[in-house]
Amino acid sequence: MTAEIGLFALILAFLLAIAQGTLPLIGAARGDTALMAVGRSAAYGQVVFLGIAYAMLTYAFVTDDFSIAYVANHSNSLLPTQYKVSGVWGGHEGSLLLWVLILGLWTAAVATFSRSLPREVVARVLGVMGLVAVGFIGFTLFTSSPFERLIPAALEGRDLNPMLQDPGLIIHPPMLYMGYVGFSVAFSFAIAALIGGRLDAAWARWSRPWTAVAWAFLTVGIGLGSWWAYYVLGWGGWWFWDPVENASFMPWLMGTALLHSLAVTEKRGGFKNWTVMLAILTFSLVLLAAFLVRSGVLTSVHAFAVDPDRGLYLLLFMAVVVAGSLTLFAWRAGSVGLGGSFQLVSRESALLTNNVLLVVAAAAVLLGTLYPLFLDAFGLGKISVGPPYFEAVFLPLMLPLLLMLGFGPRLRWKQDSPTEQLWRLRWIFGVSLVFGMIWPLFVGNWSFLAGIGAFLGLWIIGSSLKDLVDRLRPRRESQQTLGTRVRRLGRSYVGMQIAHIGVALAVIGITFVLGYDDERDVRMAVGETVEVGGYGFRLNSLEEVRGPNFDADQANVSVFRDGQLVTTLAPQMRYYFSQEQPMAHTSLHRGFFRDLYVNMGEELPGNAWVMRVYYKPYMNWVWAGAILMALGGFLAASDRRYRMRVRREDEVPDEDAKLAAGTAVKGKGDGAVPNPAG
Amino acid sequence: MKKRQKRLLLVAGGLAGVVMVTGLVLNAFRDNLVFFHTPSDIVAEIVPMERTFRIGGLVEDGSVARGDDGVTVHFRVTDTAVAVPVVYQGILPNLFREGQGVVAVGSLQEGGVFKASQVMARHDEEYMPPEAAEAIKRAQREAARTVGHPEGY
Repeated sequence: MTAEIGLFALILAFLLAIAQGTLPLIGAARGDTALMAVGRSAAYGQVVFLGIAYAMLTYAFVTDDFSIAYVANHSNSLLPTQYKVSGVWGGHEGSLLLWVLILGLWTAAVATFSRSLPREVVARVLGVMGLVAVGFIGFTLFTSSPFERLIPAALEGRDLNPMLQDPGLIIHPPMLYMGYVGFSVAFSFAIAALIGGRLDAAWARWSRPWTAVAWAFLTVGIGLGSWWAYYVLGWGGWWFWDPVENASFMPWLMGTALLHSLAVTEKRGGFKNWTVMLAILTFSLVLLAAFLVRSGVLTSVHAFAVDPDRGLYLLLFMAVVVAGSLTLFAWRAGSVGLGGSFQLVSRESALLTNNVLLVVAAAAVLLGTLYPLFLDAFGLGKISVGPPYFEAVFLPLMLPLLLMLGFGPRLRWKQDSPTEQLWRLRWIFGVSLVFGMIWPLFVGNWSFLAGIGAFLGLWIIGSSLKDLVDRLRPRRESQQTLGTRVRRLGRSYVGMQIAHIGVALAVIGITFVLGYDDERDVRMAVGETVEVGGYGFRLNSLEEVRGPNFDADQANVSVFRDGQLVTTLAPQMRYYFSQEQPMAHTSLHRGFFRDLYVNMGEELPGNAWVMRVYYKPYMNWVWAGAILMALGGFLAASDRRYRMRVRREDEVPDEDAKLAAGTAVKGKGDGAVPNPAG
Repeated sequence: MKKRQKRLLLVAGGLAGVVMVTGLVLNAFRDNLVFFHTPSDIVAEIVPMERTFRIGGLVEDGSVARGDDGVTVHFRVTDTAVAVPVVYQGILPNLFREGQGVVAVGSLQEGGVFKASQVMARHDEEYMPPEAAEAIKRAQREAARTVGHPEGY
C-alpha cells in the first residue's frame, strides 16, 4: 500500500500545484481576493502531500519493501538504517522527490513569511512558484516515479552504491537542493514583479533574504560535495572542473552576482533590470544543472541513468521557463525605469564590476561545460575541456575581483574619492603585500600563486577588520556603549564581512593547496617508510576487518614528524557484500595547517600495497572559508530590517540618505524608530 | 560635456574590458581543448606528438603488467582493430579490468607509447565509458566498410 499512497499523494500535490500556479495569478490580474488567497492554502496543502509521499518512500526503505523497484535498486536489508533513510535520495527518482519536497517547503516558507507583503505580490509569487512546482512534480510523476512496483518483488535489494554510504552524502544533496530550489524564490519574486510591473526597492528587499539563504545553502552544498569528492572518492582532489561540479558552480557564481546586484537595487533603486535578469539567469542555470545531471548527457559519478524522455522533458521545461521569462522581461522591463545615477568611483560601480566579473566567470564555465556536449550531440567529434582551461580563465578574473573586495565595501554609494579610500588602506595594503609574499616561505619554496593568494587573503581580511573597527569607533559626542555600537552594525553588515573573510580564507587555502600539496602513489611493504611533505609514513601492519555490510583489508600506518609520532591512520579497502566493486576508504588526519591523507590502491605481491599518500597543506582553510561564507549568508538574511514590516534598522546613516523615498513604501509613518533620513 | 566624456570613457573602458576578457577566455579555450582519438587514429599516425588528448577502448586481455616499483603499469588499449601500448604511474581506478572499457588522458611519446596522466574506468557495473564505446564502434564500422561486411554488429 505504501507505494500507492505515496503515488496518490504525489498526484494530489500535482493537482494542488496546478491550482496554485493558475488561480492566484488570475486573481491578481482581476483583483479577486478569494482567488488570490488560494495560493497560500494550496502551498500548504502541497507541502503536506509531498511530505506524505516522501514519508511513504522513506517507510518503504526502512522496512525493506523490495516490491518497489526504486527501493530494490537502491537499498539492501543489511544497509545500516541511517543509510536506508538517506538512500531515499541515493538515486534519480528519490532525489527528485526530495527536490520537489524541498520546493514545497520553500513555497510554504514564502507563504508563511510573506504576511506583511501586499496581497497581489504574494499571489503572484506563489503563483509562479506553483508553476515551477507543476514542472517538477510533473517531471517526477510522468518520467521518474519512485513508486513503481517491481513484479515479482525482489528478495533482496541491490544495495546503495557504496560511494554514497557516507555521512557527507547524507547531507550533501539536501543542502544542494535547498540552494538550487531556493533560487526559484528569487526567480518567482522577479517574475511576479515583472507581471505586476512593480520593480522597486521594496521588491529587492523582499527577495534579498531569500536569495541570501538559498545562496548560503548552495555554498554549503557545493562545499560538502567538494569534501565528499576529497574524502570519499579518494582521489585526494577536491575540485575537478567536472561538468557536474560546474553545473552547481554556475548558479552559485550567478547567484553571487544576484546577491550583490540586489544590494544596489535595495539601497539605491538601481540595476533593476539587471537584477531581474540575474534572477532569471540564476534559476535558468539551476534548470540547466538539473538537465545536465538528470538527462544522461553527462557521464560522471553524479550522472543518473540514461533515459531520453527525462532529458527531453527537462529540456522542454527549461526552454519554456527561459523563453517565457525572457519574453516577459523584454515586454515589461522597458517600463521599469532607471535608478539613481552614480559616479565612476562609487559603491555602485564597484558592485557593477563585481557583477560583470562574476557573470563572465559563469559564462566561461558555461562555455567549457557545454561546448563539448554540443559537439558531441551534433556528431562533430569528441573533445573535452580540462582543468587547465578553467584555471587559466579563473585566475585573471578573480584577481581584480578579490583586489576590489578589499575596498569595495568601504566605498560610499553614489560617489567616493578613490585616493582617499586607498590612502586610508595604505598600511593594510602594504602589510598584507609584504606578509603575503613572505608567508609561502614558511610552507615551502616560494610560489607566485601562493604569494598572490596570501596577499589577497590578508588584504581582504585586513580591510574587513579595519572597516569593522572604524565603524565601532565611538563618534564624537556620542554616548553609545560598545554593545549598542555592535548592535547598530546590523546583521546584514556583519554577515557580509564574515562571508568576505570566508572568501579570503578559501583563497589562501586554495592557492596554498594548489602550490604545495604533495601527492605520491607508492608501493609500501609492511615495515617500510615513505617520506611525503616532510612527514614519514610507516606501514606497520595489514589486517582483515569486518564491517556491518562489508569485509575490508586495513592498513595500519603510523605517521612521524622529526621522529615524533603524529598519528596513526587506518585506511581500508572495503568489499561490500552486495557489490562487485571494491571501494577504498580514506583515512585522514586533519590539522590547522595540513591534512595527512592515506588511501589504499592495489594489493601487490610480497605483503605490500600501492598506496596514495598525500600531504595537503591548508586544506581545511578551504572548508572553513565555505562555512564562513554560508554563515555570513544566513546571518545577513536574518537582518532585522527584513523581518520588520515598518521599522527600518538604521545601519549606517550615509547609506540611508535619500533612498527612503523609493523603499519604505508601506506604513512609513508608524515606525517607533524614526528614520534618520526620512 | 564633462559628463558625456565620462560616460564615453566608461563605455570605452567597459568595451575594452569585455574584448580583453573574451580574448582571454577564447585563447585559454583553444589552448586547452583535449581531443579524443581512437587507437586506430594513433596507429594511422594522424595524432600530433606531445599534445594532450584522450584515448578510449578496451583494456586488452592479458596486457596488464606492473613494473617492479609497483607503481608503474603497462597495458594496451584496443578498439578491437589495433592496440596501443599505454604506460601509467599510479593507482588505477577500482573498476579497471582487463577486457573492460577505459579512457586515458595523456600524450604520445616517442616509440608510439601513450603516457597516461589519468586513467578512467567505468564507475558502476553497467556502464561503459562512452568514449571507449565510441572507439570500438568506429573501428568496427571501419572494419565493416573495408571487408564489405553488412552494417551492424
